[in-house]
Amino acid sequence: MTSWLSPQDWQALALSLRVAMLSVVLSLPLALALAWLLSRKRFFGRTLVEALLFLPLILPPVVTGYALLALLGRNAPLGRLLADIGIVFAFRWTGAVIAAAVMGFPLLVLSIRVAFDSVDQRLEAAAETLGARAWRRFVTITLPLSLRGIAAGCVLAFARAFGEFGATISFVSNIPGETRTLPLAIYELLNVPGGMPGVQRLSLVALLVAVAAAASATVIAGGVLRRRP
Amino acid sequence: MIEFSMRHAFADLALDVAFRADVRTLALFGDSGAGKTSALNAISGLLTPESGRIVLDDRVLFDSAAGIDVPVAERRVGCVFQDGRLFPHLDVRANLLYGARARGANGPADFDAVVALLDLAPMLRRMPATLSGGERQRVAIGRALLAAPRALLLDEPLTGLHAEARRQVLDHLRTLKRELGVFTLLVTHHADEVAALADEVVLLAAGTVAAQLSRAEFVAGRAASS
Repeated sequence: MTSWLSPQDWQALALSLRVAMLSVVLSLPLALALAWLLSRKRFFGRTLVEALLFLPLILPPVVTGYALLALLGRNAPLGRLLADIGIVFAFRWTGAVIAAAVMGFPLLVLSIRVAFDSVDQRLEAAAETLGARAWRRFVTITLPLSLRGIAAGCVLAFARAFGEFGATISFVSNIPGETRTLPLAIYELLNVPGGMPGVQRLSLVALLVAVAAAASATVIAGGVLRRRP
Repeated sequence: MIEFSMRHAFADLALDVAFRADVRTLALFGDSGAGKTSALNAISGLLTPESGRIVLDDRVLFDSAAGIDVPVAERRVGCVFQDGRLFPHLDVRANLLYGARARGANGPADFDAVVALLDLAPMLRRMPATLSGGERQRVAIGRALLAAPRALLLDEPLTGLHAEARRQVLDHLRTLKRELGVFTLLVTHHADEVAALADEVVLLAAGTVAAQLSRAEFVAGRAASS
């Protein structure tokens, strides 16, 4: 496999995996909190929050990328503020994580919300009468009973992040070794004479990663549920 | 000792219930829709009445006039629901220990005693989905008892069980009454459960108290009317 993939291919694959995984891991706590709020609470502005949540799914990804640039770019007010304390996202791989996280976030929240909705709230009420406060009910009842949905959401968001193109290229550009993820590398090869074998190689890699992710999530969710005392 | 009063308007029922009792086991008896379960939920805190006052053994759980509404998790009432509501992802042992763990205790001192009283030892490692209806209700009763409750609230615990399972659970409830000193409130629409378990009975009809009788009066009244 080492000889089959070029060093540049490996670099793009490793970056894509790192970006996709980090984007899911970092957005998961916020997604869990937001999904729980949307599933269990009625609050002012709920409809607006839901509409905003859908935006990255509806907007052209390039527009989302531009919005990120306008918000977090070096010349944007928030971007400048963050740059002052040493945090820069524009044209950095960390920016690719942000772009991937934003694009995968709606899928993550929606999947987890459906999972929370499907938990029988009468079980949570039973736990409450047994003395369990809100956090304990969430950790011991809601979360374990939603595990499959959460795993499914993570796979969806990972897949979305792994395939992210439009928002990434417009926010952090296509810099080899820094922001050139697998889809960006494929795009680059498509524009180079004789790049077709590379396109085919990387496309096959993308396919293998997608299949592996889906299979492992199914195994993890099933295993965790079986192992519970 | 329980002192109970509540007013609450539902879309299809205006509830205005008040009673007090100082017995070991009290039954709330009436047809479905009479307001029995709502009264029970007001005691556990799962329903907040529009107004009323609920006192259990000198502890005020709810008093709308004084602005007291003790959170559900702090009321220490053990609920046994009609459908058991065992946690499906936890085995019987973990279900039984849930209340104690929620209160920060590792193993309640009376675990073995309750397991023995309810004959739960053979099923401690089993998952709820593998239990019969009667076994599920016995686990639910054990789970409620092991949360160290001030009162045990039983909401139609025998409904939906076949005759043999009903008899078994009823036997266990009688044993518990004899062996443990926990105040028990039984909601039912079966007269034989009242006769078997209750010391006193509050008759509910259309959201109000129709009568409060001793068991002897209740049994005599049923015999006379049948």
